[in-house]
Amino acid sequence: MASIDYPLEYPREDKAYSFSETLYSWVATVDHKRLGLMYVVSALLFLVIAGAMAVVIRLQLMFPESHVVAPDTFNRLFTMHGTTMVFLVGMPMVAGFSNYLVPLMIGARDMAFPRMNAFGFWIFLFGGLLLYFSYIGGGGLGGAGSAPDVGWFAYAPLTSKAFSRGAATDYWALGILVSGVGSIASAINVIATTVSLRCPGMTLSKMPIFVWVMLVDSWLILIVLPPLNAAQIMLLMDRHLGSNFFETQAGGSAVLWQHFFWIFGHPEVYVLIFPAFAILSEVIPVFSRKPIFGRAAMVGAVVAIGFISLGVWAHHMFAVGMTAWSNTFFAAASMLVGVPTGIKIFNWTATMYGGRIRYSTAMMYCCAFLLHFLVAGLTGIMLAVAPFDWQLHDSYFVVAHFHYTLIGGLVFGLMAGMYYWFPKVSGKLLSESLGKWNFWLFVIGFNMTFFTLHFAGFLGMPRRIYTYAPDRGWDTINFIASVGALVQAVAVACFAWNVLYSLKKGEPAGDDPWDGWTLEWATTSPPPEYNFERLPVVRSSRPLWDLKHPQDPDWKYE
Amino acid sequence: MLKHALIAFLQTNVPGLPEHRVANIFKPLASPGASEKEIALLTFAITGAIFVVVAGLIVYTMWRFRRKAGDDEHQEPPQVYGSNQIEIAWTVIPILIVFVLIGVSARVIASVENASPPPATAKVTLVGHQWWWEVDYPQFNVRTANEIHVPVSRNGNHATYLTLESVDVIHSFWAPQLAGKMDLIPNRQNFTWIDPSEPGVYFGNCAEYCGTQHANMLLRVIAQEPDDFKSWAVTEAKPAVDDPSVASGKAMYQSLSCVNCHTIRGTSSIGQFGPDLTHLMSRQTIGAGMLTNTPEHLRAWVNDPQVIKPGCLMPSMNLTDRELNQVVGYLETLR
Amino acid sequence: MADNDVLTADALTLEQHWALPDRGKVGIIFLIITETALFSIFVAAYLVYIGKSLVGPYPKDVLDVPILATICLLSSSLTVYLAEHALSKNELGRFKFWWIVTICLGLEFLVATGLEWKKLIYEDHLTISTNLFGSTFYPLVGLHASHVTVGMIFLLIVLAVTLMGFPIQTQFRRVLFLSWYWHFVDAVWVVVFTVVYIIGR
Repeated sequence: MASIDYPLEYPREDKAYSFSETLYSWVATVDHKRLGLMYVVSALLFLVIAGAMAVVIRLQLMFPESHVVAPDTFNRLFTMHGTTMVFLVGMPMVAGFSNYLVPLMIGARDMAFPRMNAFGFWIFLFGGLLLYFSYIGGGGLGGAGSAPDVGWFAYAPLTSKAFSRGAATDYWALGILVSGVGSIASAINVIATTVSLRCPGMTLSKMPIFVWVMLVDSWLILIVLPPLNAAQIMLLMDRHLGSNFFETQAGGSAVLWQHFFWIFGHPEVYVLIFPAFAILSEVIPVFSRKPIFGRAAMVGAVVAIGFISLGVWAHHMFAVGMTAWSNTFFAAASMLVGVPTGIKIFNWTATMYGGRIRYSTAMMYCCAFLLHFLVAGLTGIMLAVAPFDWQLHDSYFVVAHFHYTLIGGLVFGLMAGMYYWFPKVSGKLLSESLGKWNFWLFVIGFNMTFFTLHFAGFLGMPRRIYTYAPDRGWDTINFIASVGALVQAVAVACFAWNVLYSLKKGEPAGDDPWDGWTLEWATTSPPPEYNFERLPVVRSSRPLWDLKHPQDPDWKYE
Repeated sequence: MLKHALIAFLQTNVPGLPEHRVANIFKPLASPGASEKEIALLTFAITGAIFVVVAGLIVYTMWRFRRKAGDDEHQEPPQVYGSNQIEIAWTVIPILIVFVLIGVSARVIASVENASPPPATAKVTLVGHQWWWEVDYPQFNVRTANEIHVPVSRNGNHATYLTLESVDVIHSFWAPQLAGKMDLIPNRQNFTWIDPSEPGVYFGNCAEYCGTQHANMLLRVIAQEPDDFKSWAVTEAKPAVDDPSVASGKAMYQSLSCVNCHTIRGTSSIGQFGPDLTHLMSRQTIGAGMLTNTPEHLRAWVNDPQVIKPGCLMPSMNLTDRELNQVVGYLETLR
Repeated sequence: MADNDVLTADALTLEQHWALPDRGKVGIIFLIITETALFSIFVAAYLVYIGKSLVGPYPKDVLDVPILATICLLSSSLTVYLAEHALSKNELGRFKFWWIVTICLGLEFLVATGLEWKKLIYEDHLTISTNLFGSTFYPLVGLHASHVTVGMIFLLIVLAVTLMGFPIQTQFRRVLFLSWYWHFVDAVWVVVFTVVYIIGR
């Protein structure tokens, strides 16, 4: 392996490090696993912060006409909740999981550009801190501080100087712009790693589906984040240089912002959900004891989504008064995306079919994903039907729908991934009994909140209102939803406790606790800095299956 | 909660007009809402069938193929890699379903958007402001706020056309039982129409986040018998009542900066930023649907709107009790 | 275990014949793709707002077609290719010559852009806040010019280390990727030029 220019053996030292040495080793690291971990940990911290905001939001809406928080505070809460969840939880989760796992799964020693990788992480974190600094500096010089209150998609002209005074919106735009640069750096890195650093024998057709999905995910990031960054640059120019991109008073167009934002914004939800797709494609086969059903179709479906999703953005804009032709086009494209998504659900189910399913917490989360994501997909079809969307648009039905995709889909998928790979990362198993508590509380709380909120939408409740009158028929629904939010908070606390407890007292995991098939289970837990002592050579998409079943290896069939 | 509801109900129930506070989109009372409900039900039927089949399959698989107590730990199930026939089947079938859905929704989109609506009796220009609705009837020379009076259209013969505009940020018109949303966008004109089939007060909200008081940008569509609507319009078109008994209140009002934002036709008060007050007392509510229009509420509102609707653009004038009484006394005569 | 021996021999051949694309090459290609996406949004904004300005000055009144600057920039694509070609043949003298020519051509383009902006701002009183034309013109042309500037900085770094005696031929890959970036910047100019100076006028 002359082409790999990393030393094969690092000197192993067992001496104790001082705090500052440890800190330095993390800050200065370019190791993909440490960076991946830092991505995931910071994403989890932001998840807790934004989750706490969601709890306050639900407390305010628990009863009609309540005064838990002031109107402006409420508007800041949902803006920061949405922005944080998308840009500071979802995006670093993508980067974190792909950073940690892609090199391990393709048998590489690191990412293609380790230093750029470190740059990507720190610039993301800086962007996140910039966004949160708005709580102190958002009022501008001399003003009282405040966070942005323009909503996570920040429709113009609400963001113009006239309607958004102070610097809060500037922090919002800058924070997203800066962390967006980090996402692009990380995406280029993932692509170069997958294309150039696969171990001998791992052709694209033998690459784990996880890596395939992350590859397409990175492709999507490269195509859709620049429009967002461009729009943020234009917004900042409008606010500070006096340009008129979105200034309606000077002939600018408010709708143009929506186009630019959703050209990013809709593919973005696929960017966010892809890690869950990736995780399921690894976890379900291992716990069903069968290879993934229809490998080629699974890869094809992801690639199809990677392209079709670029042409559906304006289904967020059915109510802006587009022509009937555009409405029809975007409705059709949006429904078409349902087809590859459906294919994926069918193939996961077929993978389980005929298997011998072991219900560990990771697998339970996968099953929960399948059912909830099915609901999310079907409500998505409803929203794609433009005339129905005129009623559902910007109502609580939409809120319910996208939380089904992002919690029932993404978060449940991520949870499955955490339970599955935690042993590899830490060398300890997460507690299964705490895991069951975590799982059931989460599923029950989640459905209490978001299943009921569909009906609030049917009864005409618009999203982003801080209060409502008691006689509109919304109070019972909101009460149940708020109780559900508290249950979910307990579930997340269970998870946090599980992680902390298992890190200290968890059972030792061994190298391969789940009897897995991909290369990350071929190294130690946690993996050494160089990942593999000797770079593996693979012949099929399940190299460890081949190793464990020499009489009946996969490569005879592939 | 119940007490709240009861009080609110007693306070605002206008005799003769049933109130539709619970705006269920599945109980439409106008043509656009009805056609949207129709396609909604069709979508429900299709997606519901898909859900039953697919969720059934998933749950069956989950249960049937679980690892059982007696299973051999090391015995792996048969390794199946896939099947092209099955893949083709579950690619083609969803595509067919999607094409049916696309065809149907294309038809409804066209029928709602392209079909010429029934002839209009009323033409309304609805202008969004932070956080209230300006309602103009150019044909009747009427300007009011937050409550859209329209004629009832029993046989599709009295439709109301709405031209939607905004002076500041984006708002969205949504009266769920009448029609789906259409946005009010600055520097752009949108169009929608409604034809309520029964007299009544239809509740709605601004459906696009528009800033601090988005939650309290409430909307009422008041559908009246065509004759009642006409006489309402005739009354509204008249200039303000000039009641000599409140001359001091009028003078007080005109001496304050109220006049910079509000119009009272027939007086020197010609501001454009706030709601037209010419026939303030003919409206059911104040504060864009927040409060019923009673003297006590009006007094509290004028005294300090920021207490009731924090962040709204109307400031407190810091009036003394006497001044407040005079101004409110004058406003109460504007019928 | 003959089977195992076959496998081992097989693994050795696999390792020996295993060749994947250069990671730098992949990286620069996808950097160019993502930059293209960025430019396309600014181009789209320009196209949307053509003819939508509420007040003057309008493009047809104030814009002169920058023919010389365009010729300079486009021909610098050729010279950077010649330089890179010379380097691949290890002809350092020719490399330095074409490299310097490329830098001069790029500089001429930047100077021409600067003079154009000076004229627009001081003589025609068109600023970014004047109208939609100004609001879209400066960001689009400026975004391109900033890319030229970045390319220029890297060209100058290569020139500086070469003149200081660094064996630049050992870094042929990096020089090659830089030249690809430069070609990309040229290609973008073709689009910007078409949109701003032909369609937009």
